[in-house]
Amino acid sequence: MAITHRLPFERPIYDLEEKLQTLENQWRADVPTPEVREEIRNLRLEINRLKRDIFDNLDAWETVQVARHAERPQTDDYLELVFDEFVELHGDKSFGDDRAIRTGFAKIEDRKVMFIGQQKGKTLKERAECFYGCPHPEGYRKALAKMQMAAKFKLPVICFIDTPGAHPGIGAEERGQAYNIALNLREMSRIPTPIICVVIGEGGSGGALGIGIGDHIAMLQHTYYSVISPEGCAGILWKHSKYANLAAKALKFTSKDLLKLGVIDDVIQEPLGAAHRDHRSMAATLKSFLVRGFKSLSGLKPNELLDRRYNKFRKMGVFEEQAATELVAKPA
Amino acid sequence: MPMSDESPVTEIPVPASSEPTLPETAPAVKRTKRGVPEGLWIRCDGCKATVYKKEVEKQLNVCPECQHHFYVSGQKRIEQLLDPDSFEEWFTDLRSVDPLGFVDRKPYAERLKDEQKRTGLREACIAGRGYLRGRPLVFALTDSAFIMGSMGSVVGEMLTRSIEKATELNLPIVIVSGSGGGARMHEGILSLMQMGKVSAALARLHEAGGLFISVLTNPTMGGVAASFASLGDLILAEPNALVGFAGPRVVAATVKQELPPDFQTSEFMQKHGFVDRVVHRADLRSEISRVIDYCVR
Repeated sequence: MAITHRLPFERPIYDLEEKLQTLENQWRADVPTPEVREEIRNLRLEINRLKRDIFDNLDAWETVQVARHAERPQTDDYLELVFDEFVELHGDKSFGDDRAIRTGFAKIEDRKVMFIGQQKGKTLKERAECFYGCPHPEGYRKALAKMQMAAKFKLPVICFIDTPGAHPGIGAEERGQAYNIALNLREMSRIPTPIICVVIGEGGSGGALGIGIGDHIAMLQHTYYSVISPEGCAGILWKHSKYANLAAKALKFTSKDLLKLGVIDDVIQEPLGAAHRDHRSMAATLKSFLVRGFKSLSGLKPNELLDRRYNKFRKMGVFEEQAATELVAKPA
Repeated sequence: MPMSDESPVTEIPVPASSEPTLPETAPAVKRTKRGVPEGLWIRCDGCKATVYKKEVEKQLNVCPECQHHFYVSGQKRIEQLLDPDSFEEWFTDLRSVDPLGFVDRKPYAERLKDEQKRTGLREACIAGRGYLRGRPLVFALTDSAFIMGSMGSVVGEMLTRSIEKATELNLPIVIVSGSGGGARMHEGILSLMQMGKVSAALARLHEAGGLFISVLTNPTMGGVAASFASLGDLILAEPNALVGFAGPRVVAATVKQELPPDFQTSEFMQKHGFVDRVVHRADLRSEISRVIDYCVR
């Protein structure tokens, strides 16, 4: 697969790959000498080592760039690769069809589920339709309506999160962006069927959380999930969005950080060199994760499931409880 | 090869300055002006008139000229809304910590201490129980003076406990929100998760048939608007408060067009169906007690 969007820190990988390509092209016609074969083998090993090296040590800002990579698999790709069938349901029954959130029946192995997933779009036209993955109130309303239908017909729910954030526009405000996200938070906490949420790219703030309340929350390895975009945070606290890399580091929002903070249950490993290098292998890992996830949740009765979900979020937060009367905050 | 470069979209709306800008009646921002005895007169943000401070305070921090609603501190709000000496404060031993070791231009731990000193508040939330015109209730508020009234772990925990108490005691709950900051950046993802936590508690209150009255004051934005503040059985708002999801600057930068003049005001939200009643501060007590009487037997 030829990748056209190259991130600056991936450069050494591409350089070696080009070198390998040249060498292979030179010897396409002839049988390579043992020395050349050795060189090719070494180059391949070196490329793998580099990929591992680079992608195991991404900093927070590099992670953001990987999560936003233009060729990273999106909801539509996974619908193709993970699910055996997808029956899209478009109606929010109120205003319109938000293309930034796809909802519908889906089949994964022999399990029938309700699928909710945010879509950013790939072509310019599709991106414009999807507002670059920034949903409107009608998207959240559609998602909730489908989850409530799932509850009625006892279907488990899958939510794929991939958004820079809910759309900040005039129409979005007029149609109740805040209210619709809030309502989803409240109602998702009491949908009596299993909900699995996976951050597949960007987990942008309230726009992500609006479909992010569930029994099992996971992130793909090279994604982020944050209270605010690094650019937004930098603009406010560092006075300029060019300090996004500093904000990214301070916000502690990579999959590793969130696992440590106890906010997510799992980090799903990406293929060597990240998901944009191998959609199929990423999809296969994701599929087996989902199948296992539903299996482990399927034994729970609705009440147990809801209590478990309540307690999961109830525990979130870090603070001190002290009888002291002075105003002292202890640094971590 | 060009690297992918998307225009960043920010979603938590916060006014551009990180230092909370306070209305002139707030304790910290006191500019001394030559020739004017300090603190006797204040300039109204609404009509720009110079008004006698005592007169403003007598009218619950509302401008006597144009009815502009000034900022009211949490303590003052309790005095204005609840019956005298009826408020019993809860959860006073909860303290914020710095779970991420967050440092921007100053460390979060330091910022917390500075804010406590500046505002005299422990945190951005005050909660407890009290009486309003003789009606018992659980009462909580967020004070927009403390780190923009933003919600971190402690604010989320205090609100959640208050809602759980209201459910358990079968009392109505009133939450007065003032938050320009939404979810608090300095506690990162933990702040975002407070939105889920508080909303889940409200789901249980809702199922138990409890009454929640949400009162929106200037400003109620971002993660606060996108969680508990929007989930009241009734939503009341003070006049001309800034209420919305994304900050007006962020919206303006995204849509690249002029915003409607009343954009994201209480009146705008009422017009679009997201606020039940816009209520003058002087009428809040009577309005709240009246709706309680309709809902609680």
